[in-house]
Amino acid sequence: MTQSLREDEWAAWMRLAIAGDTQAYHRFLQAVVPHLRAMARRRCEQFGAPVSEAEDVVQEVLLAIHLKRGTWDPARPIGPWLSIIVRNKLIDTMRRRGRRIDVPIEDVMETLEAVEQSSFTDRMDAEQMLTRLKDPQRDIVRSISLEGASIRDTASRLKMTEVAVRVALHRALKSLAAAYRSGMREDQ
Amino acid sequence: MKTNDLISLLAQDAPVRQPFGPLMVKAVLSGLVLSLTLMLVSIGPRDDFASAIETLRVAAKILTSTIFAACACALAVRIGRPAVPMRPRALLLLLPLLLLCLSVGLELAVVPRDTWAKSLVGQHAAFCVMAIPLLSLPPLVVLFLALRQGAPENPTLAGAVAGLAAAGIAACIYALHCPDDSPLFVATWYVTASAIVTAAGALAGRRFLRW
Repeated sequence: MTQSLREDEWAAWMRLAIAGDTQAYHRFLQAVVPHLRAMARRRCEQFGAPVSEAEDVVQEVLLAIHLKRGTWDPARPIGPWLSIIVRNKLIDTMRRRGRRIDVPIEDVMETLEAVEQSSFTDRMDAEQMLTRLKDPQRDIVRSISLEGASIRDTASRLKMTEVAVRVALHRALKSLAAAYRSGMREDQ
Repeated sequence: MKTNDLISLLAQDAPVRQPFGPLMVKAVLSGLVLSLTLMLVSIGPRDDFASAIETLRVAAKILTSTIFAACACALAVRIGRPAVPMRPRALLLLLPLLLLCLSVGLELAVVPRDTWAKSLVGQHAAFCVMAIPLLSLPPLVVLFLALRQGAPENPTLAGAVAGLAAAGIAACIYALHCPDDSPLFVATWYVTASAIVTAAGALAGRRFLRW
């Protein structure tokens, strides 16, 4: 698939996602991840960070894409927006790992074109991430991510309204991003 | 957490409740209302407002600062959105600058040389340099709160632009009170006050607008 066609597809999914289509959003995120992984891995190699950290970087970039998706204007192409979000977050994560780097934007664009498949083990232990969250956020995250439950099931099990579950989930994701930013690794 | 689990989690939070573009427009408008209210309940508009507005210098002062505010705000609503071009709107700022230069030129042409210094210093220079930053505080805070939701590529620059917009809002509101009407006064003290607010915005942006 050519880049512009693929970007059109991503943009279409993202438009649906913004309107609340979870499946379209799921497809979008899964389509983006291999590109992020290839980029993160290359950065880690380039700057002498252990490649095993790449998956943490991928997750941090995913959280940034998620929390900042409201800044994308659906009338504009998604590629340039995505490239800048990814580049800023890559620079940020590498800097926090003690490496000052400069990522040319052309580089990001290029890598967005090339898909690289690879398997990774994740360093961040699920339970450890969850200890960062307060209840009911922790229960909600565990229920949806680890047990694969829907919002509705989670709500009825925790005797909450669906709206309350959605709000708590959104806060939990913000807390996760903040936990990454404040450097989880340092205090392990 | 496995990346796939994270994706499932993110997918459940798909809808965007508050798109960032409209949020910035709301921030600009509420900043304007707050600053105007602050002026009305504290220093108030000048007593001779109705008659003064008819004089060319007062009209020019209010018009120039309003155009400055409008251009700075038009630029500010674009920050924090990656890949949205800023340059065309940044160039718009030349318009109020040009108007200011024009009115200064006219003033210098018609007013005798020995009164230039007096017009420049005016009656309330220190007050002006204090009042504009104070009036710019409410819009600056509101703009920063909104910008925290954004993704500014350069936090320092984003802070500076927010400062410029807040200064623009404050300048056009202060102009409704300001009894010093010489363009020499406006060019000196309004610009100084705006520069202070812009610099403060840049410093604060560096600190608070990282994401």
